[in-house]
Amino acid sequence: MLSPAEWDAIQLSMRIALSAVGWILLPGIAIAWLLARREFRGKALLDGIVHLPLVLPPVVIGYLLLVSLGRRGFIGQWLHEVAGISLPFTWQGAAVASGVMAFPLFVRAVRLSLEAVDPKLEAAAHTLGAGRWRIFFTITLPLSLPGLLTGTMLAFARALSEFGATITFASNIPGETRTLPLALYTLIQSPGQEAAAARLCVISVVIAMASLVASEWLARSARLRTRERDG
Amino acid sequence: MPDTSLRLDVKKRQGRFTLDANLALPARGVSALFGASGSGKTSLLRLIAGLDKPDAGHITLGERALVDTRRGVFLPPNKRRIGVVFQEARLFPHFRVRANLTYGMPASARPRFDAIVELLGIGHLLERLPGTLSGGEAQRVSIGRALLTDPELLLMDEPLSGLDGARKQELLRFILSLVRDVNIPIVYISHDPQELTAIADHLVVIEDGQVLASDTLENVLLRVDLTRQLGGFDAASTLNVSVAAHDHDYGLTHLQLDDSRTLVVPYQDTPVGTRFRLRIPARDVALALAAPNNTSYRNRLAATIQSITPLPDDNTAVEAVLAMGDQRLRARLTRKSRDEMALEKGQSVTALIRSVAFDMRRL
Repeated sequence: MLSPAEWDAIQLSMRIALSAVGWILLPGIAIAWLLARREFRGKALLDGIVHLPLVLPPVVIGYLLLVSLGRRGFIGQWLHEVAGISLPFTWQGAAVASGVMAFPLFVRAVRLSLEAVDPKLEAAAHTLGAGRWRIFFTITLPLSLPGLLTGTMLAFARALSEFGATITFASNIPGETRTLPLALYTLIQSPGQEAAAARLCVISVVIAMASLVASEWLARSARLRTRERDG
Repeated sequence: MPDTSLRLDVKKRQGRFTLDANLALPARGVSALFGASGSGKTSLLRLIAGLDKPDAGHITLGERALVDTRRGVFLPPNKRRIGVVFQEARLFPHFRVRANLTYGMPASARPRFDAIVELLGIGHLLERLPGTLSGGEAQRVSIGRALLTDPELLLMDEPLSGLDGARKQELLRFILSLVRDVNIPIVYISHDPQELTAIADHLVVIEDGQVLASDTLENVLLRVDLTRQLGGFDAASTLNVSVAAHDHDYGLTHLQLDDSRTLVVPYQDTPVGTRFRLRIPARDVALALAAPNNTSYRNRLAATIQSITPLPDDNTAVEAVLAMGDQRLRARLTRKSRDEMALEKGQSVTALIRSVAFDMRRL
């Protein structure tokens, strides 16, 4: 039903999108918490930097990633020499690029849901003997779970559809960095491939719809626990 | 029994409002913080709980320093062993009642779980989610949750304020039984005089961030200079009595005030020896120079005038404070009566008591 090239693209896309979501989870929650709950100098600056990928052209982000994480980039060089890690032109690099692009969406969703958690409940937990970490893991995090799931799904969808930053930073290598959007782009560029392009297009729509439905279902079942109040 | 008296001397500015309080509260019973809204009661409670830091000063609970700005000591709320019951129950919506109750429960408090659940009447609610509880039920769970942390001190910030009349009375009864059965000092905030008369042993009057008075309820209520602040309290005395005997024929109960004084009240269905707190409105006490023989006043008590002062807001009336053994009785009379009877300090009189109200509180 699916050609080997299509399978490659799908599996690669999933792997890259999942890794992207995986690495932004912890820093994303941490920064969202800082923005939602703490006042500090440079908060506006941090907020701005987090939102940059949302407003800059993706190609610019890809270029900035090349400059910083490329072989001769100031972080990339160090990574290569110390850890032997090279990101450009690899699927890991594509995961970094799509993660960066998905980051602001994730932080926004998590921040909103953290802000919706009543600080009075956290204060009550504090007087009940809970320290900062216990409060976070037993009160703050569970109560913001619906938003956290929504943010994760948004980030996943955004990472799946990433194009500009990925092609700039990780290039378009079959089997390594040629994700669904890149494969579709390649087919459109080649004459006589309209039917194959249409197939990929349908596949993209199916995957996107499936993740939307899954996110709705997850968020609803997370909310159900606390909404039993009316029954 | 560890010393759990609370001593504090704190200053805190919040905008234009400054709290400047110096207080020592007893290690047992209920100490009430009374004042209008905005007087600083809740700010003080937040400082004691550790939810805010004072600008300067110290707070000690027994031997432990909770805050001392000069030594740089600040214990966070979770290290203070102080339970807090807030105005709103603040139950965790994603935990069932049982998990709410055990949230802060150390292993040492586990054996008391059943007793506290029983005392607060929340046994049938354990598997429910907080969203399904009524206001009174939620507040009871919140009290249980605070008690089960095994605190050395319990702070209650107007726990009845969100409830309607009947629920208020019901929860007040639960709190009173808790005061009786659980031996833990309570700091209770309220601006409701009736509530406080029922519950407080010690009364602190707060106004504009300052402590105006801090003494036993009886003594504070005797302070004529606080008439404006204490206006909401019916001028009344509280007397501690115990049931001496029942007269089933006439349907009366005899109450013992001290060795030489007794009161007679309508029959009370309580065993002999039960101790009560009585409230006697000052306007229901009349004075006579000699013990009258033919009168329908059943209650005649020998007393000495300890003071007799004009009321600051009413120049037709005076208030007499009468000493009866070590208890005090207040009487309101007209200035004219005082002058005609030539009442003065130190004089022996007979107090005639028209009515007696029973406090909800049994000692």
